[in-house]
Amino acid sequence: MSERISEKLTILSDAAKYDVSCASSGSDRKNENKGLGNASNGICHAYTEDGRCVSLLKILLTNFCIYDCAYCISRKSNDIKRAAFTVQEVVDLTMNFYRRNYIEGLFLSSGIFKNADYTMERLVLVAKKLRTEHQFNGYIHLKTIPGASDELMQEAALYADRLSVNVEMPTKESLRLLAPDKNRNDMLKPMRYIDKALTQNQEEKKLFKKAPTLAPAGQSTQMVIGATPETDLQILYMSHFFYQKIHLKRVYYSGYVPVSNDNRLPAMGTPVPFIRENRLYQADWLMRFYHFRVDEIVSPQEPLLDAQIDPKLSWALRNLQLFPVDINKADYMLIMRIPGIGLQSARKICEARKFSRLGMHHLQKIGIAVNRAKYFITTSDAPVLKDYQPMQIKEFILNEGSSKYKPNFSPQLKLF
Amino acid sequence: MQTVVYDSSFEGFFTAVFEIYEYKIKDPDIQQQGAAHVSLFGGRHTVHTDIAKATRVIKKLEAKLSADAFADIYRVLLSEQPGMENVLFRYIQYALQAAQSVETDYSHPDVLWIRQVVRKMGREKHRMEAFIRFLKTKDGLFYATVEPDFNVLPLIRKHFEDRYADQRWLIYDTRRKYGLYYDLHSVTEVTIDFAATLNDKASLRTLHDEQEDLYQSLWRTYFGSTNIQARRNMKLHIQHMPRRYWKYLTEKLPG
Ligand code: SF4
Repeated sequence: MSERISEKLTILSDAAKYDVSCASSGSDRKNENKGLGNASNGICHAYTEDGRCVSLLKILLTNFCIYDCAYCISRKSNDIKRAAFTVQEVVDLTMNFYRRNYIEGLFLSSGIFKNADYTMERLVLVAKKLRTEHQFNGYIHLKTIPGASDELMQEAALYADRLSVNVEMPTKESLRLLAPDKNRNDMLKPMRYIDKALTQNQEEKKLFKKAPTLAPAGQSTQMVIGATPETDLQILYMSHFFYQKIHLKRVYYSGYVPVSNDNRLPAMGTPVPFIRENRLYQADWLMRFYHFRVDEIVSPQEPLLDAQIDPKLSWALRNLQLFPVDINKADYMLIMRIPGIGLQSARKICEARKFSRLGMHHLQKIGIAVNRAKYFITTSDAPVLKDYQPMQIKEFILNEGSSKYKPNFSPQLKLF
Repeated sequence: MQTVVYDSSFEGFFTAVFEIYEYKIKDPDIQQQGAAHVSLFGGRHTVHTDIAKATRVIKKLEAKLSADAFADIYRVLLSEQPGMENVLFRYIQYALQAAQSVETDYSHPDVLWIRQVVRKMGREKHRMEAFIRFLKTKDGLFYATVEPDFNVLPLIRKHFEDRYADQRWLIYDTRRKYGLYYDLHSVTEVTIDFAATLNDKASLRTLHDEQEDLYQSLWRTYFGSTNIQARRNMKLHIQHMPRRYWKYLTEKLPG
């Protein structure tokens, strides 16, 4: 029996791993019933050899699928081994892994067998069992199946911390080309439905403290990058739409890993577009945490992110008229926009300058990338650097090697 | 210079601070009892831990510092860094005489040093919370042995208590020879002399739950198959999971 489970686990985790989302944070489920677990700041319990965080048991319930999406390893026409867990097997794996401190929780997705509702019902059942029979308070992320009924969506939100529908293709056209059985509206509809339900739930919580919390970590989605010809402009505007209009908590970008000889797709062996993926994550961070507007990052004139330098530096080089910024006076919001200064350092600068005027040596100690920042700031001691042209600054910074193109990028890398 | 010797307890340290003021000790060098550093020259003052004196210092500091900054003093004292007491003493002096709160004055070297040590402690705490792997015994105890770089057990206690409320567990620091034991009601500090048993892998195995091996091997299976070969990046892997932690990690040990 153990061999069979082990084989299923191999097949069904292998098929699930292309979903890059691993986050287990954003929830604040407490262990109030003296049960097992809680969910707060997601912990990475391990890192795979490709450097990605392992925080959740990420598996498919089954990799049988009635659909034939070209970019997906589980597509119907692909000749691979198929397997399916029972509901109880997933519950047991989750509980036993969690008890040993291997994981923060479960990320359960599935191929579509029979139909959307049939599949969704089983996903919901796993979550329900964990919560109600096992007092499990760890993190649960359920993939919602496009086309499943509203009632099932609602129930999923009741037990899960996060729900997601992967749009996978950034535009309607790509979706039509590569996933002809899928309909973009079928994907957006459940997202919108959940968004409404969550907003309504927040209102209810204000009125009745006891109202159950629906999916406290909200929704997320994933787009595959580099399988289709979209520009970064199209992708980032799509993200912008998801953040603004559907209030998604996260958008993930997954550099396409070739899994098929289909001539609509990049050939097998094509390298994964790591740098582009990393630049998109950086741009995403700028939107979510640094208060950048999407049109400050990409524009119709420059629809692609610069591969050589990060999007914050390229923004600064396009807007040199705003610099140099006086470290001892400037607003926090502007300080965080200086290349080489992250959010934490920006905060520290604003704290420390209350005590004394800051010079270069202070900045160095605080942990700022001075070699990068020096072109954009004035301090109490450093001479103002002469007026360089954007291209010159870019050259200097590239030559210093601190930002030298590193072939290995991943979402877990330091972002700035 | 005068060496001030205390018993390495939290209260002992604050008693020392009190007495340095009380006896107007110039140039104090605070050391733990038994530390190799006790100076041959200059005088020596031995502190006898006195809760009343310690409390007075603590009260004063609590008025001057935020709860977080006060907790940082505690964290630094668990860091076992040489010279930490002297930095803390200078910091306390600075905090007590300043008109405004100094805890975020990162242009001050001692404030910055404390901040850095606290971060290191935070990182080690976090790593323990991430990398501890429990093994289940026949009688349902989940146990783990660790050897953290700093004395972080007091800092991880709450995390494990909150999370694993419905199972008995034990986390044992083999370097400092004590552990935390949770009996379904509360956590206590325990010292057990079972180092010999722990080294004998074969006899340990006989104590394990019959499904322990199964779940360890399933976890290894999962860890192996969730990796994407096309994205392999060992440098990043090792940066996140430094080799010295591998000895705890089920997924890194041969099955
Ligand atoms: S529906 Fe999902 S599992 Fe099925 S082929 Fe498409 S992407 Fe893959």
